[in-house]
Order: sequence, then C-alpha cells, then structure tokens
Amino acid sequence: MKHTLAVLVENHPGVLQRVSGLFARRGYNIISLVVSETEDSSISRMTIVVDGDERIIEQVTKQLNKLIDVIKVQDVTNEDTVDRQLLLVRVNADNPAKAEIAQLMDIFRARIVDIGRKSVIVEATGDEEKIEAIIRSLQPFGIQEIVKTGICSMVRGPK
Amino acid sequence: MLGAELLLKCLEEQGVDLVFGLPGGAVLPLYDVLRKSKIKHILTKHEQGAVHAADGYARATGKVGVCFSTSGPGATNLVTGLATARMDSSPVIAITGQAASPFLGKDSFQEADMIGLSLPVTKHSYQIRDAHDIPSIVAEAFFIATQGRPGPVLIDIPKDVFTQKVTEIKKPVIRKSLLVKFKKPQMDMKLANMAVEVLKKAKRPLILAGGGVNQVAGASELLQEFAQKNEIPVVQTLMGKGIFPAKHPLFLGMVGMHGTFKANWAVQNCDCLLAIGVRFDDRVTGSVEDFAPLAKVIHVDIDPSEHNKNRVADIPLVADCKDFLKFISEKLWASKGNKEWLRQIGLQSDLPKIDAGRSLEPEGVMELVNSLLDEDTIVVTDVGQHQMWAALYVHPSKPRSFITSGGLGTMGFGLPAAIGAQMAYPEKRVILITGDGSLQMNLQEFAVVKQWNLPIKILLINNGSLGMVRQWQELFFQKNYAESILEVGPDWIKLAEAYGIKAKTFDGFKELEDALGSTFNDREPCFLDIKVNPMANVFPMVPAGCSLDQIWGSWKNEAHASSIG
Ligand SMILES: Cc1ncc(C[n+]2csc(CCOP(=O)(O)OP(=O)(O)O)c2C)c(N)n1
Repeated sequence: MKHTLAVLVENHPGVLQRVSGLFARRGYNIISLVVSETEDSSISRMTIVVDGDERIIEQVTKQLNKLIDVIKVQDVTNEDTVDRQLLLVRVNADNPAKAEIAQLMDIFRARIVDIGRKSVIVEATGDEEKIEAIIRSLQPFGIQEIVKTGICSMVRGPK
Repeated sequence: MLGAELLLKCLEEQGVDLVFGLPGGAVLPLYDVLRKSKIKHILTKHEQGAVHAADGYARATGKVGVCFSTSGPGATNLVTGLATARMDSSPVIAITGQAASPFLGKDSFQEADMIGLSLPVTKHSYQIRDAHDIPSIVAEAFFIATQGRPGPVLIDIPKDVFTQKVTEIKKPVIRKSLLVKFKKPQMDMKLANMAVEVLKKAKRPLILAGGGVNQVAGASELLQEFAQKNEIPVVQTLMGKGIFPAKHPLFLGMVGMHGTFKANWAVQNCDCLLAIGVRFDDRVTGSVEDFAPLAKVIHVDIDPSEHNKNRVADIPLVADCKDFLKFISEKLWASKGNKEWLRQIGLQSDLPKIDAGRSLEPEGVMELVNSLLDEDTIVVTDVGQHQMWAALYVHPSKPRSFITSGGLGTMGFGLPAAIGAQMAYPEKRVILITGDGSLQMNLQEFAVVKQWNLPIKILLINNGSLGMVRQWQELFFQKNYAESILEVGPDWIKLAEAYGIKAKTFDGFKELEDALGSTFNDREPCFLDIKVNPMANVFPMVPAGCSLDQIWGSWKNEAHASSIG
C-alpha cells in the first residue's frame, strides 16, 4: 500500500543524500519525493510517497527517525490532507484541436500555458486522481511529453 | 588560536587523552600542534589499525575511542573500521583531514568524498566549513556517538579549517532536536506490565541477552540477579559474552549458528523469550521463520528500529535495558518452579569433551586458556574458526571483556583492537586469539605492540588455512578447497622476532600447558604460534538458513549437508 510521509529535516547540504541513501540501502520503494524549504529557512520539508506493507512502513519511519538531521516523521496517509501534484504535458494540436483542448482543460481547471505551431503545453495541479484523469483525457490527441512533480501534502486545519 | 588547536582543546574537554592515527598532508597542521596538547598520540602503521584500535579502546571502556587520518587514502582506509564499529554499536570518532576548501569538488590531490563514503557506515558525519563551528560539532559528535544506541561518528575537516584563525571561541551548543531524539525513553508501562504477566504465566521462560546488556554499566548484575531469583535460564549472543557467569547452572552458553546444544534447544522449546539488547541477526536466528517457534517474544531494546525488523515481537519495549531490569526485578523475584524445564534442558548434550592430551586440538587450547583467566582478563579475537572456538570455550567473567567483531566479522580487527584495549587498561591482561589469515591482515601493528611494550599475549591458532572458509568448503562444497589453504605462510617466529617480540612455536599440548601460565604472567608482549590440527572444524553447527533444530554435533550426515550446500 502507498503511504505518504511528511518529514521535517534540517536544511543542510547532504540531507537529501542521507534520506535517499537510506531508502536505496534498505531496499524501500520511493514512489515520489518532494523537498522544499519551510517557513523556517533552517528546516526543509520532504513529502515522501513510499510503497510497502505495515511492517516496512514501520521500519521506514523508524530508520528515518534515526537519521540525525531528521526532526520529525509523520505518516499522513490516514489524515485528512490536501494533496497536490503539478503536471506539464505537451500535446499534439492542430488549430481545431487547440480550441478543443482549451475547452476540455476548462473542465479540469487546467490551462494552456504555451502554444506552438502543432502543439500546446497544458499545466495542471491536483491530486493524483485528477492528474491521471487529465492525462487520460489528453491521450487521444497524442501526448509528446509529460513532466510531473511528486506529491505535496498538507494536513487540513481543524474545522 | 588556530582551528587545529581549538579542535584539540575541545577533544581534551571531552576527556580524550589518547588518539590513534597516522599523519599526512591534509592533517599536517593538526599534527603540528599536537605536542602542545595533553593528548597522547599512538602512531599505528595503517589507518585501519588506528580505527580498530580506537574501537577496541571504546569497547573495553565504554568511552569514545578517537582516531585521526589524513584525507583521501588515509580516510578511505578507515571505512572498514567504521562499518565494524557501526555493526557492533561502538562509540568511535574518526577525524579525517580533507583537501582545503577551495579545492573541494575538483578531484584535487587526495580528495575523497568522506561524507558520501561514510554515510551508510556511521551514525552521523560532519564536515566542518568554519573553525568557529568546531566546539559545537565536537560536542554533538560525542553526544551522538554515546547516547541511545552508541555508534561511530566521522568529522571531516578541510586543511584550511585547521589553519583558520579563530577570533571568538563559541560555547558548544547541541541542537535541541538532538536532545529530544536521544532523550532516555520512558518505558511504556502498559507493555512493561504485559511483559510481567507473560513471564508470570510462562512455564518455559528463557532470557536471551546480547550486546546491549554489555553496553550498560550495571545491567549484567541486575540480569544475573533477576535470572537467579526467578530461576530463568540464560543464553547469550556473541556480543553478549561476559554478562553471565559461565559456570552458573542457569547459563546455557551461546545461541545461533555455532551455539551450544543446550542454548539452541532451549530457544526452540521455550514458551517465552525475554530478548534484551539483541537484534536477531541471521547468525543468531538461523531461519528466522523457525526461530523460537513456540515463544511469546518480549523484545527490550533502546533502538526502536530493532523491533519487528527481523523477528516480530509480541511485546516490543523501547527502554534502557537497566531501567527494564530494575522494573521487572521489583515485580518478579521468586522462582515459580521451573525445575521441570531446567531438567529438560539438562538432558541436552554438553559440548563434547576434548581429549587434549595427544594432538593439539583447538578446543583443548581454548579450555586451557579459559582455565588461566583471571577476573581482569580481556580476551580479544579475530574472525574465523578460532573466534567461534573462543566464544564456545573461553569465558571472561565481566562485561566488556570479550572483544570481537560480531556484526561485520572483520578479519584483521583483533591485533589493533587488542592494542586499544591494552592501552585503555595497561594493568589488565589482554589475550589476543587470532588466526593465521586474520593476523596477516593487520600485522604491521606488531610495531605498536613493541614500541609501547604492550604485554599482549598473541595466541596464533595456526591451522595453515583460512580455516572457516575451508570448513564451509569441506561441508558444503565437496571439499573443493579453492584458495583457502595458506600455502606460503611467513616464518612466524622470525616475523615476530623481527619486530623484537618474544615468540615460540608449540606443536604439543603438554609443552603449551607448561608454558602458558608463566607466559600469561609476563609483563611483556609475547607471540605464541600454536600449531593446531589443521583439519579441525567448529561444532556444533547449524548450516546457514536452517532452523536451530538442525544442529550438527559433528560431521557425519553428509547426505544432509550436500542437499543444503
Ligand atoms: C576482511 C575479511 N575478509 C574475508 C572474510 C571471510 N572470512 C571469514 S572467516 C575467514 C577465514 C579466517 O581465517 P583465519 O584468520 O586463519 O582463522 P581460522 O578460521 O583459520 O581460525 C575468512 C576468509 C572476512 N570475514 N573478513
């Protein structure tokens, strides 16, 4: 099963190497990893999506906690979270198709950000499901190239 | 003050009075100011010797062992030693020189990425970019190396940081997140009480103690008292040697691949296994699915990641083992009648009696050594058959007095580790039990033994082969002795004498018996070349991957072996 871990780490050079090295060494399966500075510039936050059963996730969490530069590990899989991914996709598009794609993307609240002679680039954000749906809907036009970020995840505030 | 001077000052403040090392370009500024400090430097002849010596010192004392090396090849030579220390949770600090900052990342002369190289084999590693950070980084390094589950830390220092002028000496600060990380764990009382209940109900309880118990001062006494009052038998891992008196009837010996019949049988038949400070290594469990199949497992360890890693525990308790033992001793303090269980264990075979009289059998040599141990003897081993024979037959009676590379199984560990132990305790008797393969991996350190007149007794269990490899080839590879026979060995006597160390060869048991007692009482280094039966094998043995039930007492069942091999 996929788990999403929110990991706070010291913002030092080499932290990413320590974390990714740990995953590689112990044979854990990273699906995606996103790192960025937090509101406190001395701390970075990683959102790691990892695949494994309960026992593996327990080990991943504990091994991460042992790294000196890791401040906190939280498994947010079962939390109520806002999850977002950024997608850029270049699609074949002659002139009639351009309009069609623009309309289609409206439904997803995605947009065209670059227009070429025979192609367009679409930009979209959303959770995994939405991104998958957008890609599927663009497939009939002919996809030239896809770039996606990993998933960023934030626990919703108490209501 | 220069960075190098500040570093030495900080080391002194941490209580360091001894370091092992070998200089080179990048650390010249450090060595240049060394004689201004109170720290004694032991010049080993190889950096691997320095790191193992620091490790031996750390294992013998529980204090941090420190080593220095230059950048590049000096630093990479430390890697095996750091991995060795990591596997056995030994607090070693390695300080490596590095190419000067402007040259970093340019494949400069003797530049090696020590952070990258050391990452997987240390608890943590630092590179100091500004000499003003030295106090805090040194303080953190010592804190990390010793707190929680101990382990090695590397500090990499570019040459220009050693020569940097320090304008202001900052107070050392340990990050708050580290203080939190290594705060002594509060025992989960619900789980702890569950453990009490499980132990109360158990009809066939067993204690499995490991290196973790050796690490905590006073824990072994508590464990002994607890086991004796409750009449619970005790088995131990290789790293747990020294925590229980070997002659005590409750003591069943070592468990695992070369465990005793009694210990392995007890594990396979107990209904409750109280495992303290162990990590269920495959050399201990054999086939982990079949390990202690009837037991409820109570697993006490300070490192939560050890729980459910190899063997799933019924009760995983994160605790300092001393805290746990104190707690449990207050709850359980009388035998509940384990007589029948103890009687059944008693029916299992003892280790075979060796007729030491005629040929020089290694087990007989070990028994002889064992008979000559005193309270303060520290036994150090290398890796191979001799290590397992020593583990089975030589029983120092105190914690931290059997020093061996367990987790990594590093040949060449013995001699430098013995040097470290003897340096830590000049008055104690240090016995090195080594093999002709292992000793040749770091024998350059004979020079250190001589230079400091360390009265180490070097017992070479000489079988003319890489014995453990030869044994596996005999048992599992149809006696194809590929590259395991040491056809050309040195003339050991000449070799030891070339370093000015007294040496003697023994090929009969009687002469050895006559000589060993007086040799042990000598205050000089001494090398004993003991020519044992070259075809001797270590038994009992559980073939790799088998369950502990499949234990062989000797080499008879060839059909069975070939099906495994
Ligand atoms: C550095 C290293 N290389 C290789 C091995 C594999 N190995 C394990 S035991 C052994 C033989 C050890 O020979 P020796 O020191 O003579 O001891 P003996 O088994 O003969 O007692 C070898 C080669 C090892 N453990 N460590």
